[in-house]
Amino acid sequence: MQVNEFKPKIVAFCCNWCSYAGADLAGGSRLSYPAEVKVIRVPCSCRVNPMFVLRAFQRGADGVIICGCHPGDCHYTSGNYFTRRRMALLFSMLDYLGIEKERTRVEWVSAAEGAKFAATMNDFVQTVTALGENKRLEDLRCKR
Amino acid sequence: MKKCLLTNSNALFNKIAENNTLYIPVDLEQGRVAYKKFQDGLKMSDALKTDRSAKDFFFPQTETLMAFKTQGKSIEVIDTRSENEDFVVFGVRACDVKSLEVLDKVFLAEPVDTYYKNRREHGVIVSMACSRPVETCFCQTFGIDASQPEGDIVCYKTDDAFYFDAKTEKGEKVIDQMGDLVQDCDDSVVNAEKAKIKEILNKLPLKDLKADAFGKDKTDEYFNSPEWKNLSESCLGCGTCTFVCPTCQCYDIKDFKTNNGVERFRCWDSCMYSDFTKMSAGQPRVTQMERFRQRFMHKLVYFPTNNDGMFSCVGCGRCVSKCPISMNIVKVMKTLGGKNNG
Amino acid sequence: MQKITRDNLIEIAEKLLADGTVTRVLGWKKGEFSYDQTPAIFTSVQEMKDSFVFDDFSGANFSKYLVKETRKEDGKVLAFLKPCDTYSFNQLLTEHRFDREKVYVVGIPCEGMVDINKIKMALGDGVVSINTDSNTLKVETLYDGVKEIAKADVLLERCKNCKSKKHVAFDQLLGEEGDVVDSNRFDQVAELEKMSADERFAFWQNELSRCIRCNACRDACPACTCEKCVFDNPNSGVENKSPANSFEEKMFHIIRAFHVAGRCTDCGECSRVCPQNIPLHLLNRKFIKDINSFYGDYQAGEEVGSRAPLVNYTKEDIEPGDAVNKGDK
Repeated sequence: MQVNEFKPKIVAFCCNWCSYAGADLAGGSRLSYPAEVKVIRVPCSCRVNPMFVLRAFQRGADGVIICGCHPGDCHYTSGNYFTRRRMALLFSMLDYLGIEKERTRVEWVSAAEGAKFAATMNDFVQTVTALGENKRLEDLRCKR
Repeated sequence: MKKCLLTNSNALFNKIAENNTLYIPVDLEQGRVAYKKFQDGLKMSDALKTDRSAKDFFFPQTETLMAFKTQGKSIEVIDTRSENEDFVVFGVRACDVKSLEVLDKVFLAEPVDTYYKNRREHGVIVSMACSRPVETCFCQTFGIDASQPEGDIVCYKTDDAFYFDAKTEKGEKVIDQMGDLVQDCDDSVVNAEKAKIKEILNKLPLKDLKADAFGKDKTDEYFNSPEWKNLSESCLGCGTCTFVCPTCQCYDIKDFKTNNGVERFRCWDSCMYSDFTKMSAGQPRVTQMERFRQRFMHKLVYFPTNNDGMFSCVGCGRCVSKCPISMNIVKVMKTLGGKNNG
Repeated sequence: MQKITRDNLIEIAEKLLADGTVTRVLGWKKGEFSYDQTPAIFTSVQEMKDSFVFDDFSGANFSKYLVKETRKEDGKVLAFLKPCDTYSFNQLLTEHRFDREKVYVVGIPCEGMVDINKIKMALGDGVVSINTDSNTLKVETLYDGVKEIAKADVLLERCKNCKSKKHVAFDQLLGEEGDVVDSNRFDQVAELEKMSADERFAFWQNELSRCIRCNACRDACPACTCEKCVFDNPNSGVENKSPANSFEEKMFHIIRAFHVAGRCTDCGECSRVCPQNIPLHLLNRKFIKDINSFYGDYQAGEEVGSRAPLVNYTKEDIEPGDAVNKGDK
């Protein structure tokens, strides 16, 4: 095994009511997902301002994933519908600016889907690892 | 006086670049003009002005002043300055050369700004007389002669040759480096060129604009003028005029949190901004009218008051052509100074 | 169509000022040259006769000024609005940014405004006079005498791709009502979408690297009317004031465009005012194009009170992952 193998930094914004509980369940069920994933709990996926995503990249993230309740199941009725529109536009814009589209993702994970949470994270980490370091949205000052 | 045929200009630039980093104005797409580091074959622009002035070389928009690195309980202070090499900025117009004199007053006065001083010491200015001034030019208002710029080397460009005249030791050194690419010549061609420029300067629409009504100790005369309200009414409060200005020198110092410490940097700031010189008690200039007044009073009254009558406007006309709503120092001077002002 | 002149507008203003309908007029004030007019408030007909102008350089969008102006005093302000300005006007009303009762809108037809930079690029600098009486501009420069150039060749970017000649808000209309027009305004966006990610990255890196963070795009934007912008707020953590590196540039411009997504009427002020000629409208238009294709055609400002796409949803909306892949086609 190579010593300096690239380990990406992944920021996962998880909604308090579904995805964060899903992560809990994954842990409780002893399903493993990579330690590179740093979970940030938010009250609702729609709390995630586009600036949060950009700031995560600035501060050194190589991938950002937003997890929320399945559409229709939002604890606040409609929050995740707004997330969906917002992130659709943001991701499309990042792609327009030539930033790798695989670095951003939205997944709907319910509190009962521990297995899906683990599988999603494994897959996302794998994808981002293959892409390598985030260069196009990096802020070199944050790496010093 | 030395002469170099334009057909040899590429060789000349290469020669200068051997010993110095050389920057020349270059035409970019869509009519943009900017200084670029010279590489073999790069063509010099004939445009009158670069979009951004030569100020950038001495007082860049952002620069890191120092850095702090923390490790456990220790803090390391890092000097981020890298030794500057000698560099030559080619084709600086008379107004922009004068702007450096204005900046010197600010940065080379005690306490000396060593970052600026270092760059000034390493930089050689090759100024260029303006053979084609444009309608937004009003350097004459501030006593600047576009036919006779200052600088380490003064350069005149005619249809077939460059003419150089070294004014300082630094300049002479660069001329010496040019070697046999330049030959001695007399002043006749340059004198004819000067006369030609003077003739054009006399045709400029803003040639009669005078700054006499402003200057030292005129604060009381203009500070409470009712005109400020109307003049500033349409100001958007953006920083365009400040950032394209070759003499604007205000900056902010901020800390940026890096991964393991802090980088302390400074960046240009604009008196037009709502958070300019903001303190715990708030912004001293609350309305846009006050901010607007500050900018023009500084250029026309406060700066001359503190610097033996030297105005901190050089009439380059960049703000005149760039302001989104076309409000500018010319309109301010004409309105406040009355009709006799031009 | 009959060309609207300065005298037509002064005549209207004279009547409205005289009968007390309005107390002041928002108009263009003559500058030093033939192209540098400044928005200004006129309170009398005499003032207007002295320095009011209206011609092919009256490009500035006045809608945003109304936010400030209507708060100043009682009485109505007369605003001359071009078709595209009225969209911004409606959008501001939708967002409750000013009191409609305090404005008297005179809709003026518009055949496109001219970009002085394009004239200078085509004919050289040193412009001393411009005659805009016909569709062929007569431009006199210091060095080349009088030259002619077709107005159509030097239109502002937003006018070249004009989206509507219809006034969506007015109290009084000059001339005949125009129509929404077919435009090719998304062509450039589509071209960029067709490029590879690397090419797009290089394109934007080059464009945005020129940003000097003067904030003119934001300050001129009629949709940017926050009392305090996040980029001016020292507590926001993003108030760095400087285009320190390519990240800061991208961050500012993505967020600026995103914040007006769904509210941007595509008035083009951002690109018009940019001192570094960055094609900022291409960011805004990307959002508009995406909104149209994902959520159905939507024109901000078309009607007062319409619900912007980003504060709306349907249960069948496109998933973010699919939205990105759509650009590939």
